Amino acid sequence: MSTTLEARTGAQIMCEALIRQGVEVMFGIPGGAIMPFYHAMPEYADRLRHVLCRHEQGAGHAAEGYARASGRVGVCIGTSGPGATNLVTPIADAWMDSTPLVAITGQVHSALIGTDAFQETDITGITVPITKHNYLVRHVADLPRVFAEAFHLASTGRPGPVLVDVTKDAQQATAVPEWDVTLDLPGYRDDRERAVDHDAVREAVRLLQRARRPLILAGNGVIQSGAHAELRTLAERTGIPVITTLHGLGAFPQDHPLSLGMPGMHGWVHVNRAIQECDVLFNIGSRFDDRVTGKVSAFAPRAAVIHLDVDPSEIGKNVRTAVALVGDARRVLRVLLDELPACAPPPSAWLARIRAMQEVHEPRQAYRRRPDTPVLMPHDVYAALNAALAARGSYRVVTDVGQHQMWAAQLLDWRRPRTHITSGGSGTMGFAVPAALGAAIACPDETIWVVVGDGGFQMTNQELATIQQEGITNVKIALINNGYLGMVRQWQELFEGRRYSGTPLSGPSFTRLAEAYGVRGIAVDTVDAVPGAIAEAWDHPGPVLIDFRVEREANVFPIVPQGKSIGEMLVSADRAEEPPCLTH
Amino acid sequence: MSHTLIVLLHDRPGVLHRAVSLFRRRGYNIESLTVGHSEVPGVSRMTAVVDAKDVEQVIRQLSRIVEVLTVSDVTNVPVVVRETALLKVSVTADAQAALLAVGAELGARAIDVGPSTVVFELTAEPWAVDEFIAAVRPYGIRELMRSGHLAMRCGATADTVGAAAAPYYFQADGMSDPDSVEG
Ligand SMILES: Cc1ncc(C[n+]2csc(CCOP(=O)(O)OP(=O)(O)O)c2C)c(N)n1
Ligand SMILES: [Mg+2]
Repeated sequence: MSTTLEARTGAQIMCEALIRQGVEVMFGIPGGAIMPFYHAMPEYADRLRHVLCRHEQGAGHAAEGYARASGRVGVCIGTSGPGATNLVTPIADAWMDSTPLVAITGQVHSALIGTDAFQETDITGITVPITKHNYLVRHVADLPRVFAEAFHLASTGRPGPVLVDVTKDAQQATAVPEWDVTLDLPGYRDDRERAVDHDAVREAVRLLQRARRPLILAGNGVIQSGAHAELRTLAERTGIPVITTLHGLGAFPQDHPLSLGMPGMHGWVHVNRAIQECDVLFNIGSRFDDRVTGKVSAFAPRAAVIHLDVDPSEIGKNVRTAVALVGDARRVLRVLLDELPACAPPPSAWLARIRAMQEVHEPRQAYRRRPDTPVLMPHDVYAALNAALAARGSYRVVTDVGQHQMWAAQLLDWRRPRTHITSGGSGTMGFAVPAALGAAIACPDETIWVVVGDGGFQMTNQELATIQQEGITNVKIALINNGYLGMVRQWQELFEGRRYSGTPLSGPSFTRLAEAYGVRGIAVDTVDAVPGAIAEAWDHPGPVLIDFRVEREANVFPIVPQGKSIGEMLVSADRAEEPPCLTH
Repeated sequence: MSHTLIVLLHDRPGVLHRAVSLFRRRGYNIESLTVGHSEVPGVSRMTAVVDAKDVEQVIRQLSRIVEVLTVSDVTNVPVVVRETALLKVSVTADAQAALLAVGAELGARAIDVGPSTVVFELTAEPWAVDEFIAAVRPYGIRELMRSGHLAMRCGATADTVGAAAAPYYFQADGMSDPDSVEG
């Protein structure tokens, strides 16, 4: 590295800025407009690892997976034009799921901007609606400040993606970097630092204490702020049962007596009914997404809602709020716990009622049982995987988008934060394989299981080459191969008279495809072979893909049909559950 | 209903794009949008008239934009609102005197009087601009340009970032919904 007073190129300054931000790894693909940056990288390779991906979308998801597994900022890189537009999908994904991400793109020479130059794309214009902020850097002198601001914005407040587009000449120009920069962000505030509103906290405590049927809804915010211990203390001190959203899975141990499971479109019947019956709903760090609320006007009709969120714009956006708590979940919960007497009586009758609803509904839920058939059901795979995860520990699970994703959310027991990584808000098929490679780099000592459908796998499976080139050994892929774009097929079956338009799906020989990338391929089509295959994969000292050839037309139940209230669920293909009747 | 918002913006490239993009993608209906310099160098000032059911949400979304310094809803406070219009009105020689009289009566200045057209300038409350336009429409309007609303609070209260005010953040007043659904 050059000494402090020596002039260096913008590209070198970019590398040093990243190192100063604590970045250790970045994912990308070079091209003309970003070549100066790549030219500088080898000098810094001992501190700054570059992982060459096979598609910028893969690079972006890998950076997301790294960020979600580690809690640090993920970094991805693309060149101008198509390199930058290929990053748009993961940037949008990170925006929807509040994932801290810095995307660096090359831009054409500043003299060419606006001329429709070769590979010129207005990527800052394109990403305005899907970034927390973005920059076009034309002057080398701006690089230290812009990088400092970009990481600050990506990682503080409500985290999110920030794009930094750097012209080729700004990368090539030389300057003595001025590292002692002040962030010039007068309009930005880190809402985690906002003073806790003690009146609101006391009002929340009062509501929680007076409640007869309280519920806690825990989301991504609990995980992002590291508030899981405080959440557990709150639940245990008050006896209030906890439900976890898709992105909240792992925020509260699922084997805890107060854990109820996931709500929403594919949530459990007893969880959705509990929401419909509760009188106080304490939402900690989730945003009342429509997949959670169903028909929003009929959501939690009896509840006074307490909403704790780091982003004030989430409060009252979808659901009427009685008490607003803005700030970092962990900080606010600590203040709240100070106000909450240690011996509030647990509303045990309420929990008993929910458990009774669970008793009634669970046996009816056919998806839990294996229908009497020799065909391999997806549920057999999840049961065996769940047992292996519990027995072995030290794992992360990265899921893609579709039926297999919902089964994973429902049928695996989530115990620890950051063990469940998926694309939620955006529902981006193709997320899992690259995100897993990022998670594998973040957690080299853990086993990263990928649960992916045959459709989504074929969107980004080229990243197996990245896994191979980087020598990544700890990625194990469970391909839930049903020969369909299954989730769409399920909707066609249930709501469109089985008109399977555009959903039957063929694939290559997945095992041979895997072998071509140096990934061990195992094919499984019987129930008996499942546990052995999972054990073999776990023990194999390299990446593995298991092609689970499952029943083609299995469905995810329960399901709340689009536009219905979460009280109205289909629990099997031909039977709906009536809305609950509150007896007391 | 219509709300008048005064927004102060850190003047950086693309900031107007961010604000307009937000209005568009969140489906907020803009009735009027005016932007220009403020009293502080580097700070732009926007007056936006938006038709929104939930103006609080509009304010919070605007506040998420990194360059947005403050947002105030001045709909229900004493405020002066002005709009400037330039109108080119066609008129025959016979009717010119009558047209000029209409302008004089309604406070518009005739700033370019030609043989077949008159250009008026009127700065007034938006309803008065409407009224003037309606009054001259029978003559034939060739061209019309309205500036959009400019708003400023009455009295000593100012929407300003001031030198000492930094960092200047939007403070949502009454974060808790007063009409609690509890009970
Ligand atoms: C990029 C993208 N394209 C389309 C969709 C719509 N979509 C949602 S689930 C799904 C089917 C996924 O099929 P597969 O990956 O095989 O998983 P399965 O549902 O069969 O488990 C589709 C097409 C999407 N979510 N993302
Ligand atoms: Mg499939």
